[in-house]
Amino acid sequence: MSEMYVSGQSGIGRLIEALAERGHRVIGPVVRNQALVYDEIEGVEDLPKGWTDLQEPGKYRLERRGDEKLFGYVVGPSSWKQYLNPPEEVLWSGTIGPDGFQTDPPPEPPLYAFFGVRPCELAALAILDNVYTTTDGVPTFGGYTATREKAFIVAVNCSDPGGNCFCVSMDTGPTAKAGYDISITEVAHSGNMRYLLSSGSAAGAEVLAGLGGLDEASSDEIEAGDAVLARAAEMMGRELDTNDLPDLLKGNVLNPRWASVGDRCLACANCTMVCPTCFCNTVDDNLSLDGTHATRTRKWDSCFTLGFSYMHGQPMREAVSSRYRQWITHKLSSWVDQFGEMGCVGCGRCITWCPVGIDITHEAGAIRRGDLRDTHITVGGHSS
Amino acid sequence: MQTVTNPAVIDQMTPVPFRVRSVREELSHTFTLELEPPNGAFEFLPGQFTMVYAFGIGEVPISISSSSSNQGTILQTIRRTGAVTHALGHLKSGDYVGIRGPYGVPWPMDEIKGRDLLIIGGGIGLAPLRPAIYHALENRDDYERVVVLYGTRTPNEILFEEELGKWGARTDCTTMVTVDAADRGWNGAVGVVTRLIGRVGFDAANTTALVCGPEIMMTVTAERLMEVHSMAPENIYITMERNMKCAIGVCGHCQFGAKFICTDGAVFPYPEVEELFDVKGV
Ligand code: SF4
Ligand code: SF4
Ligand code: FES
Repeated sequence: MSEMYVSGQSGIGRLIEALAERGHRVIGPVVRNQALVYDEIEGVEDLPKGWTDLQEPGKYRLERRGDEKLFGYVVGPSSWKQYLNPPEEVLWSGTIGPDGFQTDPPPEPPLYAFFGVRPCELAALAILDNVYTTTDGVPTFGGYTATREKAFIVAVNCSDPGGNCFCVSMDTGPTAKAGYDISITEVAHSGNMRYLLSSGSAAGAEVLAGLGGLDEASSDEIEAGDAVLARAAEMMGRELDTNDLPDLLKGNVLNPRWASVGDRCLACANCTMVCPTCFCNTVDDNLSLDGTHATRTRKWDSCFTLGFSYMHGQPMREAVSSRYRQWITHKLSSWVDQFGEMGCVGCGRCITWCPVGIDITHEAGAIRRGDLRDTHITVGGHSS
Repeated sequence: MQTVTNPAVIDQMTPVPFRVRSVREELSHTFTLELEPPNGAFEFLPGQFTMVYAFGIGEVPISISSSSSNQGTILQTIRRTGAVTHALGHLKSGDYVGIRGPYGVPWPMDEIKGRDLLIIGGGIGLAPLRPAIYHALENRDDYERVVVLYGTRTPNEILFEEELGKWGARTDCTTMVTVDAADRGWNGAVGVVTRLIGRVGFDAANTTALVCGPEIMMTVTAERLMEVHSMAPENIYITMERNMKCAIGVCGHCQFGAKFICTDGAVFPYPEVEELFDVKGV
């Protein structure tokens, strides 16, 4: 195990500044429009100190915590995929001439530091890597690979899981296991905030060593950190029984439950936009007025749209129920066939941001239990 | 599937310019582009496809319809159905298209050596089968019987008609053509292509069927081969078609159950896709 350091909030500030000095654009959680989103941060004062997020199916609200915690919340509507795999990105552009066309040189990939990556989000990054990696070494989307390789990752373990979190079920949290350069655990000690920092890579170790003003953590402090995370694991808002789930969903293609969820689902695609692992995309072509310069743009797409499955002018998945089935079956079943793991990390975003509060854990559970219909689901998800 | 001899790519989504050497009108809505790879060679296997890009308009998956033993140029047979295929249809010799690929699982030409081949095409579905037919005829000793059955709507819509005639004239290749609706000049078979199956007579245990055409034609054909002619489902290969945006398993569009049609297919042994055929909206 790497060395564990401890600091106060000033150490966190110095870490953000050190990353900026090394040339990284540091992206972290900030409060915007009454939500916690990811955006550029310059110092510790940009972090959502003292805020927490109340999450329920179809419901999200920021509240004051009444303490000074920097990380006393979980994940909001944004996820890191928007930086690695932006909602809209030029795939390539080029000019046509007498000898064919010449592609323009691709832009320099940005040098990011992702600050405050939650354990479930680390797992989501690993899932995206798996999707975008090919066996022959030629990158799929050049932009993703180049940006991802250079990004510095500061993980933050979760001390205050949210109402829609189920990372324990998915074995992705609340403690980061791998995939970070530096990890942070926030420990509240009688109103005093302490931060345990450890490195997960050579680059992380170098940054920590250069930070200055950090103390070596005592065994008591390390224990206090472990206790915070052990308690967090007991605080999951939801649960998903993944036992045999892939086969269970495969064997229930014709279950009438799909019609019930299809009746509620608005096919708005919110769930796929906020999901940190949903990767579906489409392309758009543009031609300059003189017809000499073309641009291909990749854009997020969603299996919930009617056009997604268009072929010869006909949608293959016309019923909304077939689109919901496609989505949840992909996440929890066919993803395993395709990539050897599930495509869900238990972050709860899709539950929170669904306008009608459809809950992936509840729907998978209903298939398992054989519940055909819910008699008392309301927006906000309270069933009484 | 990108092989080393093929043009270098920046990433898998960036096409490589291929020069159009010739354009051939096949049928009223169907044409074939003859394309030159920039470095003189393009390796592919029968049944594979490429993503063909019309500059500034868009990209479509098109199977290669030429012989895989000829790497100097490739043929891609295209039907005008939408904006991209119409744009491709306006190309002239000397113009350029963008190519990515080759992609997809090929017909199992090596695995089925020593067997009888029953090649069944419907409509433009003959195009992806043609490289398999060429391969079988160029390596004729590798296979026992070679039978080509082709069905199309009318006598005016017989794709590769001249070649079908040539194959039919060979003593080592049985070829039969049928049309759904005949006109006065037609004295061949009338009816769906499955009707021809009974006429050729074959040894079910030693036969592998390669089937390509509209989805309904393929399911009906596969069912008939299994039910009436007792063929084992694993000896039947079909191709699947879905909306495709990337061809490399990263856009999600072509999913059919757990399969990506682009990377797990488009050629599938029938048992791999059979159970999902009857489910609506998969
Ligand atoms: S499916 Fe829902 S809970 Fe799972 S990773 Fe996506 S947004 Fe999070
Ligand atoms: S499940 Fe909810 S968020 Fe997803 S498409 Fe349906 S209504 Fe929208
Ligand atoms: S075409 Fe994009 S995943 Fe198959």
